[in-house]
Amino acid sequence: MAIATETSNSQGTPAGAAPLIRIEDLKVQYLSPRGPVRAVDGVTFDIRPGEVMGLAGESGCGKSTVAQAILRILQPPAVITNGRVLFDGNDILDMSDDQLNEFRWRDVSMVFQSAMNSLNPVMTIGDQITDAIQAHQRMPGRKALERAEELLRIVGIEAARIDSYPHQLSGGMRQRAVIAIALALNPPLMIMDEPTTALDVVVQKEIMSTISRLKQELGFSILFITHDLSLLVEISDRIAIMYAGQIVELANARELFEQPLHPYTNGLMSSFPPLTGDRVKLSGIPGSPPDLVHPPAGCRFAARCPRRFEPCGSEPLFAEAKPGHRVACHLYPESRTPQAQEAIREH
Amino acid sequence: MSIDRHQGGTATVAQRSTDFVMEVQHLTKRFPVGGVLDKRAVHALQDVSFSLPRAKIVALVGESGSGKSTTARALARLIEPTGGRILYNGRDILREEPRSASLSYREDVQMVFQDPFGSLNPAHTIRHAIERPLRIHRKAKGRSAIRERVETLLETVGLTPPGETASKYPYQLSGGQRQRVAFARALAVDPKVMLADEPVSMLDVSIRIGVLNLMERLKEENGISFLYITHDIASARYIADETNVMYAGRMVEGAESRELIDEPAHPYTQLLLSAVPNPHAGLRTDEATTRGEIPSLIDPPPGCPFAPRCPHVMPECQEAMPGVTRLNAHHWVRCHLHGSGQGEPTANLPV
Ligand SMILES: Nc1ncnc2c1ncn2[C@@H]1O[C@H](COP(=O)(O)OP(=O)(O)O)[C@@H](O)[C@H]1O
Ligand SMILES: Nc1ncnc2c1ncn2[C@@H]1O[C@H](COP(=O)(O)OP(=O)(O)O)[C@@H](O)[C@H]1O
Ligand SMILES: [Mg+2]
Ligand SMILES: [Mg+2]
Repeated sequence: MAIATETSNSQGTPAGAAPLIRIEDLKVQYLSPRGPVRAVDGVTFDIRPGEVMGLAGESGCGKSTVAQAILRILQPPAVITNGRVLFDGNDILDMSDDQLNEFRWRDVSMVFQSAMNSLNPVMTIGDQITDAIQAHQRMPGRKALERAEELLRIVGIEAARIDSYPHQLSGGMRQRAVIAIALALNPPLMIMDEPTTALDVVVQKEIMSTISRLKQELGFSILFITHDLSLLVEISDRIAIMYAGQIVELANARELFEQPLHPYTNGLMSSFPPLTGDRVKLSGIPGSPPDLVHPPAGCRFAARCPRRFEPCGSEPLFAEAKPGHRVACHLYPESRTPQAQEAIREH
Repeated sequence: MSIDRHQGGTATVAQRSTDFVMEVQHLTKRFPVGGVLDKRAVHALQDVSFSLPRAKIVALVGESGSGKSTTARALARLIEPTGGRILYNGRDILREEPRSASLSYREDVQMVFQDPFGSLNPAHTIRHAIERPLRIHRKAKGRSAIRERVETLLETVGLTPPGETASKYPYQLSGGQRQRVAFARALAVDPKVMLADEPVSMLDVSIRIGVLNLMERLKEENGISFLYITHDIASARYIADETNVMYAGRMVEGAESRELIDEPAHPYTQLLLSAVPNPHAGLRTDEATTRGEIPSLIDPPPGCPFAPRCPHVMPECQEAMPGVTRLNAHHWVRCHLHGSGQGEPTANLPV
């Protein structure tokens, strides 16, 4: 997506508070017999120290691909075709394998949806945590064990469970153990990709509260990915909304929830029924996202958009429509290219 | 729709059957743990009772493992209950059709499953998938009549233009579209009851509403009665006339949906509600006081299954499961906080 250059520096990052990580014009394709799948197509955002950045959008919009690109764990047929991922001034996309090994887990760790099933079934939880510590840090066994006990305690598992095997733990406990492993090296950034999607609501709530508490106590940043916007509004400081490989709106969580600008965000908001108030008929979002091998020219949401008008055949700029609130939609003058303005004038 | 097609029995039965298409009474299901010498059993359903009013949507909510699917599978006669009765239009069908359900029952009571990916044969077109039940149950005769019926069904579930959808293969459809095909296929045999087991759980949030709205339309336009199984209590409030809550194989509370959510009486219902993400309130970091998970269902101890997690637990809770207490005409609960209870658990919706 085209970036409005005049505003590309103003994502509301307060002066002095340098972002912890900055993703710039990231593009990732999956090579397929039908042609390249443009899964991530020009994504730009940053995450500040101690911040929870939420990333939401329908499945297939490219959220997990963004996460995997940041950690450089994408597998073929994926190729990163463009962009920079700046962490501490270094571009992760330029790192050697050795540098990457240092960077992963120490600087950025990851918890994903099926992680709780990725624990080694024949190793105790304690051994898996001490392994994770000792793989990256010289530490005597005894100290590593103490650290493992401490980690279990802070994620809410009794230290007595340290000798349990994964199958002896419930789904929620296993996900807590995975979070303990992700915390092992005390990284400043944790990427969580649908960490609670496979869990029941009650367990989900408990894990969300734990994540929130850990973030407050330990001060790390989180990139929190989910398709469930209601969950995201609770935990995030800022939220980015992704559609068909691009970010279409980015704002402070509360502002995004109370005054969403993009019609797609509005559609997502009217997709979850409320627990209070009168019963109003909801419409969700009719239709389905475009084929990412042949994405439509212009705004990618246009075909499903209730507010489509003349300029939508041309691509909107991802620009600041209000302070700290960016959107890519021709409803807002800031997003209009000269071409779009002409389309409006002609009408 | 003819309700006296199957009618027999006494006048009271006949009268009740005009209100309820299905009545489930004291349903029990035990699965043997396995092992020839192992006498233990999984108590998947214990004394489950509820009713399905005609042309209404009744939701069954609860965490996984609470017995929701087992209930639906028993009603569809995919598994045989260990005990209890299932009345269909007043007929005790487990007694009248003991070995397997009659063809007419299998037509009338259709099930829609959670997984829109697993439920369609990838090798066949959508047309083929919908024609099959039409032929087996002889719902349309002759090629052009069958063709027409397939297209009408696809139109009914919102897959337009129907001709185009019919010629596609499952992999060419999105999850939401596949789930609509599953509904069209179930509709092909002109059912009276649909048992929808987590029909939207695997779908994206943005397309769930469309499928829920479809269920509501089928209720209103086709007079179909729905059992809507979900773990999402907000969606139950959205479409269900009545909501029942299950916990560890037991039905613990039932009420008109709005009332259940505004005035939950059972501590488990209260816990479920407090766990729903609430963007208005923001996340509280004081971690839930009620921790723990569903207890083992293998030969469970007597008493209320929620007692080990319940913040209000009392000595009697460990001893016996309380009976049904009616709080008002359309709200009942099984909890010692509300008395030991003698009533029957039907919510008797105001019509
Ligand atoms: N290995 C792959 N080969 C081809 N396409 C892929 C592959 N993995 C993902 N994709 C496609 O890339 C897009 C983005 O996928 P993903 O990042 O997993 O989305 P999300 O996490 O938002 O659901 C999807 O359209 C998906 O079909
Ligand atoms: N065929 C079976 N054999 C043994 N146990 C079963 C079988 N089917 C279900 N169960 C058990 O019955 C309980 C209820 O399961 P289920 O009805 O699937 O719950 P839900 O649909 O609410 O998640 C679970 O403990 C489950 O393991
Ligand atoms: Mg994903
Ligand atoms: Mg189930």
